[in-house]
Amino acid sequence: MNIFYLILQVLVFPGLLFAAAAGLATSWVDRKVTAYVQMRVGPPFLQPFYDVLKLMIKETCVPAGAARWLFLSAPLLGMAGAALASMLIWRAFLPLGQTFSGDIIVILYLLTMPAVSVIIGSFAAQNPLASLGGSREIKLLLSYELPFVLAILVPVVQTQSIRFSDLLAAAPAVYAPSGVIALVVAVVCMQAKLTLVPFDAPEAETELAGGAYLEYSGPPLGIIKLTRAMMLFIMPLFLVAVFCGGIVFDKGWLPVLGGVLKYLGLVVLVILIRNTAPRVRIDQAVRFFWGPATLAALAAVLAAMIGW
Amino acid sequence: MGFAVNILTRSLNVFHLGGSACNNCDIEILDTLTPRYDLERFGITLVGSIRHADVLLVSGIFNKKAAVRLKRVYQQAPRPIFVVAIGSCACTGNMFQKSYNWDVPLDQYIPVDIYLPGCPPKPEAMIMAILKLVNKLRGAPPDASAGKSRAAKQKRGA
Repeated sequence: MNIFYLILQVLVFPGLLFAAAAGLATSWVDRKVTAYVQMRVGPPFLQPFYDVLKLMIKETCVPAGAARWLFLSAPLLGMAGAALASMLIWRAFLPLGQTFSGDIIVILYLLTMPAVSVIIGSFAAQNPLASLGGSREIKLLLSYELPFVLAILVPVVQTQSIRFSDLLAAAPAVYAPSGVIALVVAVVCMQAKLTLVPFDAPEAETELAGGAYLEYSGPPLGIIKLTRAMMLFIMPLFLVAVFCGGIVFDKGWLPVLGGVLKYLGLVVLVILIRNTAPRVRIDQAVRFFWGPATLAALAAVLAAMIGW
Repeated sequence: MGFAVNILTRSLNVFHLGGSACNNCDIEILDTLTPRYDLERFGITLVGSIRHADVLLVSGIFNKKAAVRLKRVYQQAPRPIFVVAIGSCACTGNMFQKSYNWDVPLDQYIPVDIYLPGCPPKPEAMIMAILKLVNKLRGAPPDASAGKSRAAKQKRGA
């Protein structure tokens, strides 16, 4: 494959620019639905774009005593991970290039990059509240990864393949009982992966004043917000792809519409959970993910192994 | 109207710093942020950290001890930052002018962009103050809010 074509894919179409635009549009859906839940009008469509653009023209403050280059480069790491994950997922939907055996595992690793970048950035800032947010992010990352990977294991066991295109070609995982349980677990883990309420202890605006992102300002903060928006776009898309058959593009417009509706349904589910649940403490979150969530995911894997 | 000003006025993140306020202005500020007034229509959101802020919302009097903190917070803010003084206390010192620990008015410590007197000012008055700030940034006359700005248009439509 041509290297320039590959770079174009990473930077423009299924990668960075596309994921950023789609992510900001999704975050508008998030804010608008939140506004409707609270019975108000909500922001205009371009509001997330304005928010990020505005941060790009603000001053960047680097706190005294911070590890300067680590502090400034950590947001880029997270954005790169999200852009690459978006590219790999869309390559399975569209004939943009070959998928390869094990790309699901690569995506699982790439999806942890934003969380890792937040941890690095918060500790580099040398702010006590930011480090507290960072330590909560570590605990959250350690707790939700186990049930999340187990849940993703269910469709892998069902289709006997770790290749994305095989998963999409087979019957969707939610047609089996094990797939339904795994999807529920994965949705809860997605909530934590996006650090939305009830699992938003790392940023906790009320007691940590922004937590892990506390010291960021200007363009780095804009990149962090962009990464969060991209993750809000990628995570539901990943679950739709793994559990619900993805978005099929080569069979007319009806399956495309169906795929988009599945995706929007998951997004709205995430938003409704975020608007109706109270925040849990970090120890409650760890106990929940290593207890009931992991057990449910294990049960789903066993059920998938015996063919349910 | 330049690109930067246009973008800036469409997305104002507010950081609220209370001095020694009697809590009345704070309650009205919280009222302004409730769904009833829905400031997110204008792109205004409350943030928890001064590093994320474009507007420093100040209420209450700043006595000799609080003024040091005020200056430090102002210096920590990323530029451009705008200061809105909410309530008579922040504007003038109000009834605490003769107090033993009150020194000089707020604008002797940091530059203030908008003064909003009132004890406390109503939420409507605060929205008007923000619109005047937006008009000031855009170079329009302060009272030209109706019709011209997108925020005013949306306010009428809602």
